[in-house]
Amino acid sequence: VSGHETTAHEPVFTGAVLAKLEALYPKYPDKRSLLLPALWLVQEARGWVSAGSITELAELLDLTAAYVRGVVTFYTMYHTHPVGRHFIQVCTTSPCGICGAEDVARALVRETGCGDLGTTSPDGRFTVIEVECLGACGFPTPILIDDDFIENVSVDGVAAILARYP
Amino acid sequence: MGYPHPIHPKETPVLSTHFGEVEARTYAGWVKRGGYEALKKAIAMAPDEIINEVKASGLRGRGGAGFPTGMKWSFMPKDDGKPHYLCCNADESEPGTFKDREILRWTPHALIEGCAIAQLAIRAETCYIYIRGEFTEPYHILQRAVDEAYANGVLGVNALGSGRRVDIIVHRGAGAYICGEETALMNSIEGRRGNPRIKPPFPAVAGLFGLPTTINNVETLAAVPAIITRGAAWYASLKLSSPKSTGTKLISVCGHVQRPGVYEITLGFPMKELIYDLCGGMRPGRTLKAVIPGGSSVPIMTPAEVEDCATDYEGIVAKGSMLGSGGMIVMDDSTDLVYQIMRLARFYAHESCAQCTNCREGTAWTTRVLERMLAGEGKASDLDLLLDLSENMTGKTICVLSDSCAAPVVSGIHKFRADFDAYINTARPLTTVGV
Repeated sequence: VSGHETTAHEPVFTGAVLAKLEALYPKYPDKRSLLLPALWLVQEARGWVSAGSITELAELLDLTAAYVRGVVTFYTMYHTHPVGRHFIQVCTTSPCGICGAEDVARALVRETGCGDLGTTSPDGRFTVIEVECLGACGFPTPILIDDDFIENVSVDGVAAILARYP
Repeated sequence: MGYPHPIHPKETPVLSTHFGEVEARTYAGWVKRGGYEALKKAIAMAPDEIINEVKASGLRGRGGAGFPTGMKWSFMPKDDGKPHYLCCNADESEPGTFKDREILRWTPHALIEGCAIAQLAIRAETCYIYIRGEFTEPYHILQRAVDEAYANGVLGVNALGSGRRVDIIVHRGAGAYICGEETALMNSIEGRRGNPRIKPPFPAVAGLFGLPTTINNVETLAAVPAIITRGAAWYASLKLSSPKSTGTKLISVCGHVQRPGVYEITLGFPMKELIYDLCGGMRPGRTLKAVIPGGSSVPIMTPAEVEDCATDYEGIVAKGSMLGSGGMIVMDDSTDLVYQIMRLARFYAHESCAQCTNCREGTAWTTRVLERMLAGEGKASDLDLLLDLSENMTGKTICVLSDSCAAPVVSGIHKFRADFDAYINTARPLTTVGV
């Protein structure tokens, strides 16, 4: 389910990343509750959550790898495989859909050279996926590029937005 | 287009008064606007006094269910010696709903203040604000505001010198609509898959970490400071139709209106005026076809039902739908309703946690039947099949996700039958599906 790295797994939770995790301990009464925040730290550090990271995290939080895998795969925002340098999420649920979101999604696929939704462009620069409701229905079409939430994206505006993400 | 729009004379700004003011996001800016006075007042009150004030205000849950807030708080045990928790539901993900996002990004301190007051009332030292992972901007703004509240002694071991510990922890979700369901949200905070839990036990008995918990929506909690400051009688006087629907409500309007955005109305405000006056009505040359008034989980309304509908809990129920979250999706005559209902069914199929058979299978099956219909391969018997499926998805599962999938399907077939028949009878080819 979760992908493997091409080289031996280097521990994520050392130095500054470990310190960030340890700073979270007092906020929760048990270790298991640290799982979602810890997975965010993994993704922040590595860009995705590998099988090796899952095993490492399971040991750190006194959980099993199978348990962690079950949680990772439940949530759509954790990447279980490497993605492009910039990860684009475009909302096409009904409220945006009736305002032209599918055209924006098509334009994103075309302009990034991804070829299809869910795939990465050959240059490794972009991955575009379609997501369900981003909760900004009054500003169609909202897209997320990495952590940047961009509202009111139109087909004509796609190229200029992408240019900001080398 | 978009927010912040200038406040319309017909709006009743309470929560939205400071939307669009960047300075209101800061602690100093919030205090300058009278912030944290309500918390000071609440600190001097006994917990039951706070609960009684909220009860008297008539405030009801703004997340969708409309349960009386004061009553919910009163279910929390007293003197049980156990830790209590408050959860704030900031997992706003219901299609059509984008009102909590405005509170989170413009007036985060209103939410923090509301949480702190609720914590005093239900005797909870710890509150988790569960914010959906996609809300990157609101998350950073909220976290900054929480940090500032700690730095200024509003939160912490001795909140505002009260001798009471009030902690607020912002917890990010990671992409799952179902985590907006209250018990799924608790599981998610606990580091589990976001599967809803069977009730009872209800959260007030055994919620987060198995301990007494109250969970409220962002808008509900953000409404509390004004109630404490200005009094329950003032809040209860804000009503235009039903006496059971008091106060103001943020309505997020999207779709085919000229001015989509978040509007704050006194409950009972005429839906027609909301759509035509506040939101500017339809685009030129277009007419209204349908309205989904409370987020995608509620039945679709016809223009005739909108005509004299009061926008409050009872008024919309009287027209066969629900106020829900106040996420209003307006569709004009250019809308392919069958396609949009399929798209909503696909949303629920995507978001099902897959725990219950009727939901896991039903949402996917419904989607497939609608997709087939859109592909020009619909059969006359498909409508009965969809209704049968919907019946088996309503009231049969742990949570209401599958009921939510059935609502637009059933209301769509009953109220817009001709749209479905057109696909079935003319084998209209699929023109818009797929990217």
